[in-house]
Amino acid sequence: MTTFLIYIVLILGIVALVQLVRVSEISNFLNGDDGIVITDKETNSLSYGLVIFIFGYFAFYAWLVWRFWDILLPDSASEHGVAIDTLFNVNMLVITFVFVVTHLVLAYLVFRYAKTKNKVASFKSHDNTLELIWTTVPTIVLGVLIVYGINTWNSAMRDVPEDSINIELYARQFDWTARYAGKDNILGKANFRMINGTNTLGIISKNSIDSRLAAYDTDIAELEESRTSVFPGGANDEEILDVIALRKKHKGYVMQLKANSEVEDYSVADDDILVKVEFHIPINKPVNFQIRSQDVIHSAYMPHFRAQMNAVPGMMTQFYFTPTITTAEMRTKLGNPEFNYLLFCNKICGTAHYNMQMNIVVESEEDYQKWLSEQPKFYTAGNK
Amino acid sequence: MSGHKESFITKYLFSYDHKMISRQFLLTGTAMAFVGMGMSMLFRLQLSSPGESFWILNFILGDKWAPGGVLDPNMYMSLVTIHGTIMVFFLLTAGLSGTFANLLIPLQIGARDMASGMLNMLSYWFFFGSSVVMICSLFVEAGPASGGWTVYPPLSALPQAMPGSGLGMTLWLVSMSLFIISSLLGGLNYIVTIVNLRTKGMKMTRLPLSIWALFLTAILGVLSFPVLFAAALLLIFDRTFGTSFYLSDIFIAGEALDRTGGSPLLYHHLFWFLGHPEVYIILLPALGLTSEIISTNARKPIFGYRAMIGSLLAIGFLSFIVWGHHMYISGMNPFLGDVFTFTTLLIAIPSAVKVFNYLSTLWQGKIHFTVAMMFAIAMVSTFISGGVTGIILADAALDINLHDTYFVVAHFHIVMGLSAVMAMFAGVYHWFPKMWGRMMNKKLGYIHFWVTFTCAYGVFFPQHIQGLAGLPRRYYSYSEFPMFEGVADIASIVTAFAIVGGLIQFLFLFNLIYSMFRGPKAPQNPWKSNTLEWTTPVEHMHGNWPGELPVVHRWPYDYSNPDHDEDFVPQIVPLKEGEVGDH
Repeated sequence: MTTFLIYIVLILGIVALVQLVRVSEISNFLNGDDGIVITDKETNSLSYGLVIFIFGYFAFYAWLVWRFWDILLPDSASEHGVAIDTLFNVNMLVITFVFVVTHLVLAYLVFRYAKTKNKVASFKSHDNTLELIWTTVPTIVLGVLIVYGINTWNSAMRDVPEDSINIELYARQFDWTARYAGKDNILGKANFRMINGTNTLGIISKNSIDSRLAAYDTDIAELEESRTSVFPGGANDEEILDVIALRKKHKGYVMQLKANSEVEDYSVADDDILVKVEFHIPINKPVNFQIRSQDVIHSAYMPHFRAQMNAVPGMMTQFYFTPTITTAEMRTKLGNPEFNYLLFCNKICGTAHYNMQMNIVVESEEDYQKWLSEQPKFYTAGNK
Repeated sequence: MSGHKESFITKYLFSYDHKMISRQFLLTGTAMAFVGMGMSMLFRLQLSSPGESFWILNFILGDKWAPGGVLDPNMYMSLVTIHGTIMVFFLLTAGLSGTFANLLIPLQIGARDMASGMLNMLSYWFFFGSSVVMICSLFVEAGPASGGWTVYPPLSALPQAMPGSGLGMTLWLVSMSLFIISSLLGGLNYIVTIVNLRTKGMKMTRLPLSIWALFLTAILGVLSFPVLFAAALLLIFDRTFGTSFYLSDIFIAGEALDRTGGSPLLYHHLFWFLGHPEVYIILLPALGLTSEIISTNARKPIFGYRAMIGSLLAIGFLSFIVWGHHMYISGMNPFLGDVFTFTTLLIAIPSAVKVFNYLSTLWQGKIHFTVAMMFAIAMVSTFISGGVTGIILADAALDINLHDTYFVVAHFHIVMGLSAVMAMFAGVYHWFPKMWGRMMNKKLGYIHFWVTFTCAYGVFFPQHIQGLAGLPRRYYSYSEFPMFEGVADIASIVTAFAIVGGLIQFLFLFNLIYSMFRGPKAPQNPWKSNTLEWTTPVEHMHGNWPGELPVVHRWPYDYSNPDHDEDFVPQIVPLKEGEVGDH
């Protein structure tokens, strides 16, 4: 019933509008307005309108900044973030200047040269000097911004400090795991074929290899068993055979890892520490995040630290920074005792993309060591 | 060509006539735009009131996708994805280029029709087919494509990653393949026509800037769309034939996949190699149309005609070497951040030159504020507003914190959703008399203009602040994060403007349809413009001109030429004794 009424209202509305337009056309005709020429009255109100609009636009901009100043990100909590924020402010200064001046000029022009005010247009069609000036000046300004910007980027991205703490951020649908490298500061190797049970990151260690091989054997045996309950040689059977083949292939890879354990030292993984939900980092020490993904592209976005880097399945990406403000200090600064630094996922990754985060706690070295010592190591975390 | 018996089908449906095809593009593009706009209204409701129940969501989407009136998160992502796809491709590429290239190229260069009427017709019907497939994809059981309009793999390659990556994604790829074919057919036609079929006296330096812009747009399209086609093809292979172009080392839905050796970054490069020129494919025609409309309505030559051509060429060329700015934090080698920051910031130079030339055209002009001119002025304002935030995003260091936040959403909506759309409106109001032989209603046009322009900034300007607050894009909800508490108020402002702005477009639609049938009959040259399209009869005819093709003697910008009494001198008017026709 509601639907029907809605349609009736819409149809009647359109009919009414049609009639209104016809009435206005007839009244125009009676007034000698052909509907094409712009009358003086219209010209004046439109040009005033544009000027008022532009100033209204400025006012809207100013009001928004004033009203919502507090939700803008606070001062950056990382070393390179300071440089980025300064670069941002300089760029904003330049573009705000350009924005304001060009709009003021536009306002002036549409006002001053409305056809009611300027009866004959000039025929001046070009001015090569002007073209030179307004090509050269932007080139110089942009040249400065380019050099400044590139330098800032390079200092943020190059030369990972030697003494960085290595932390892996492992993304998957729909959570993050932070993996600490332990005392040796070397992260254990990992491979997606090793993912099994509690070894959710696929970390390679002597023990995890053995448990993975055992799990493959069990799995393959179960699959072979399941073949007895399907029609031999049929579609279901083929499917199971495909799965078995893939399991064997992956098992072969893991067996190769086992064989390599003569040469590779997988014990570096034993002291790795895995945490979820929240991870801690010490103040004033560089952290090098090594970022991986299990399934689709995610992105590690830590806005307070001016840090972001995609997590790409099949490769490792990295981003480093040095935190400069502890969580406690930031809470005082913002007057918000509930504040937490956050790691967001910032690349669309599926249904719960918007709900994939970790808290980040920045604290003193002692607090950090204490916290770290309380976290279970990979070796002990059920991966025997 | 003229004088053959036409049926309804050969006249209105399967026409070879570029003027009919241009109207087909406009109407289909507009219809798709309303679908895309409707989608944005729906997801804006969720964004400003996360988790709240809206009767209209359930009414339109049903119990499956809006149970209890609350938008389903997967459908949210689908709406965002299809909204983006429709707006970028169906409205702003086909709707803008398709309409105006088809209408203006043969008319403004003095040709009977496009070089190939058959390819032109096919270009439209592939576009129509593509639209139908895209609309069909909305109705599949697991939902339409939902990986964002960029559909990055592995999310878009693996149906188990997201429901929309199943049949919905397959249909998206089919639709886009058809669309790419349409664009390529059109683009080739436009290039060949402009190069070969210019009438006598129509040197390249006497072409209106709209043609220069459409010419370069077609070249950009022909060079870049095939790369998207390649990207889509490899994605189809990964989805269907078990290849690993984009996939490696994936464990998903409890299974380790048998795909190794590929890289998602390959897709990024292939996609954005089109993706960036694509936005200039959208922007260049807008710039070209604006030049014509501003010049005609200011009764002044476009200032710096040659500089304008030069800057179009510069923008066109540079647009091919900036794609990496979409990938600064994708994991590609950081050195590329240096390279692309450099090239991307350079593109601001010719863009600035164009803005200065538009302003100089207004200076000492005699401005007629037609509805088209109002939209052209709005185009200049929004181009400045959106362009300057591009300078921020071009900088790799600044992109670190702003990538994939609402700051980016604000930037691209202001340059594309506002600037290019304003130009498209301007084009429709200005060339409607040529397309339908009637005038659109002026008063309705002004109302449409003021409400649209106001709501436009009302919707997108506040989003800069959301982005600077760190709000990621494509988030179904942000109420999980106390840090985004302040964002809710902004989101409400945005939605309010969006709803009003969206509704007023129906007034435009009404004006369009009403005027097609009942608008006052147009004179031959209502805007007293110099270009050749206004020398054809008001009633459309195949072959455009009865009798001989026009001969061109001068450039198109002789407005307020002191050597003439009239304040305009059409291109066909022969030169006087000692007069110079080129500038």
